[in-house]
Amino acid sequence: MQDLGIEVLFKGNNFIRLLAGLWVSVRLALIAMVFSILLGFLLGMIMTSKNRIVRLICRIYLEIVRIMPQLVLLFLVYFGAAKHLGINISGEIAGVIVFTFWGTAEMGDLVRSALIAVPKHQYESAYSLGLNKTQVYLQIILPQTIRRLLPSAVNLLTRMIKTTSLVVLIGVVEVVKVGKQIIDASRYQNPNAALSIYGVIFLLYFAVCFPISKLSAALEKKLQS
Amino acid sequence: MDLEFISSHIPMYVEAAGLTVRIAIYGIIGALIVGLICSLIKELKLPVLKEIVQIYIELSRNTPLLIQLFFLYFGLPKLGIVLSSKACATAGLIFLGGSYMAEGFRTGIDSVPQIQRESAYSLGLTREQTFFRIILPQAVATSVPVFCANMIFLIKETSVFSAVALADLMYVTKDLIGLYYNTDEALLMLVIAYLIILLPISLVTSWLERRVRYAGFGN
Amino acid sequence: MAETILEVSKLTKSFDGGSAVLNEINFSIKKGEVVVVVGSSGCGKSTFLRCLNFLEQIDSGEILLDGKKIDISAKALPKYREKIGMVFQSYELFPHKTVLENVMLAPLLVQKRNKAEVKAEAEKLLARVGVAEKKDMYPRQLSGGQKQRVAIVRSLIMHPEVLLLDEITAALDPEMVREVLQVVLELAKEGMTMLIVTHEMDFAKAVADRVIFLDQGEIIEEEPPEIFFGEPKTERAKRFLNTFHYEALEDK
Repeated sequence: MQDLGIEVLFKGNNFIRLLAGLWVSVRLALIAMVFSILLGFLLGMIMTSKNRIVRLICRIYLEIVRIMPQLVLLFLVYFGAAKHLGINISGEIAGVIVFTFWGTAEMGDLVRSALIAVPKHQYESAYSLGLNKTQVYLQIILPQTIRRLLPSAVNLLTRMIKTTSLVVLIGVVEVVKVGKQIIDASRYQNPNAALSIYGVIFLLYFAVCFPISKLSAALEKKLQS
Repeated sequence: MDLEFISSHIPMYVEAAGLTVRIAIYGIIGALIVGLICSLIKELKLPVLKEIVQIYIELSRNTPLLIQLFFLYFGLPKLGIVLSSKACATAGLIFLGGSYMAEGFRTGIDSVPQIQRESAYSLGLTREQTFFRIILPQAVATSVPVFCANMIFLIKETSVFSAVALADLMYVTKDLIGLYYNTDEALLMLVIAYLIILLPISLVTSWLERRVRYAGFGN
Repeated sequence: MAETILEVSKLTKSFDGGSAVLNEINFSIKKGEVVVVVGSSGCGKSTFLRCLNFLEQIDSGEILLDGKKIDISAKALPKYREKIGMVFQSYELFPHKTVLENVMLAPLLVQKRNKAEVKAEAEKLLARVGVAEKKDMYPRQLSGGQKQRVAIVRSLIMHPEVLLLDEITAALDPEMVREVLQVVLELAKEGMTMLIVTHEMDFAKAVADRVIFLDQGEIIEEEPPEIFFGEPKTERAKRFLNTFHYEALEDK
């Protein structure tokens, strides 16, 4: 039986360290997600505007997000900001900025399609009851919108978590980096540690994303019935 | 902006972009084949294989490509399976894309009414014949926009290949920034390279999406 | 005495363990015979037809074709279905194929017949039902009546031993019903064996050699049309026929 390097996981607090590393990128995803939801709602409402120029700017923003790989955006912010603003922002901050920039576009598009899916007479009947614009949005339209976009928003969270794995490439110490440290430290005692460490990281991501995907699918089903 | 720096490094970027595009093409074709095989297995409800396909799809969809690549590149050699950077990148992209393409096929297949199958069965067609001759041709028309979106997604995902030491656009950019500190020029060329690769595909996709929505046989 | 083609004994079918949709049906059809199945909606007549082609899994009972029990393995089933033609209410032509391609598909693919010969026969049959000039069009360019005539041809070209017609005029506009039923009447005259589910009582009267009245999953009456429509034996059949009488009155 070949040595799979599994025992390295149970050495010291290695496994806990991996979990802590995973939390770094998951936390990043959660922070970016919160910002994306808030800004996304704003963007979604702006996108339903009748102003052509506003709509054009939104289109360009969405198109940039649609075609630029997130890693390219990370490079732009991480390396670009360092040079031009003269500040060395950390990889984590760069991550929050980029993933919010990306998530807001995705979320905004979801909010927009959910908003236009609300029948027009819902607005009309609310206005005819004497509600003002803010009341109409907060009391009537948004609750219906949220129900509609919840499945895709939850799905966006799994994509966000998967995408934040990229931050290791701009030097953030997260699960992969911790994994590498463990592999390096046990190079002599456990030459096969890479197999189990990367295997476990793979499964950890799965363990986080799979339930969320299932939740999204269940919500989708509930919405359709 | 150092124009001379830019012009002298254009060949480097062209080469890197060529590499990215080549692997993306292999990856997309491979992913379509894997996706087709998965949907065939699901359609024929082949025992065991159908469960394996389901597990594969869940694993592929719920893990990042970057982690898949690390496992392939650094983990598998410990089992005696050594893949080159290119092989690793291609395999990773197919592993990731296969499940997305399978879902794309699924969307189309589900849009074909069950009674079309029954109609083919009652003419004596086998399940394989029904799948390839009746269901698939109708399904693909519906699936095209999903395939296109997946294509863009997969090309974007190729940006992580530098993690397995593939000399792609990101790799070259990072190199130039590290070596010469010509950050602006390197980043500009990076963005332009991706624009050149992805903008046309994105535009064609939007156009196709509008077209396919109204397409139908005999129109 | 003509030979029996299809024989069904004690066929029982229920959906998801509910009450039986079909309860121990015994039935047979002889060569050249036209049997019409009538009954109110939900009585199980369409399910009965679908069971005969194994589009529904049966719970118990036996189906014999030419005296032989049918092997329902995925491999053998297409061989059986090849001999049983079926036409659906919703036509179910293949939308990505032209009329001619729809008709030629199965003879070429399933029966591996000669292409030129199949094409000649397809054109002849299409001409017979009056849609020859539509042969290169796609189904969506055809009217409902034309589609249904093509669907009949698509089954006929397989030279089936029995033709199952499942409410083939139910989705059609009234003015198209006639052109389709005309085709079926001609087939009956030529000696085609057919099992027909329909709501068109006048048509049933004209075409049937025998009428089966199905109610709550059981065969209640089975007799020549003159008797069924003239003096039905059971109260249930009388009530069923009266509903049609009433509807006819209301239409005026």
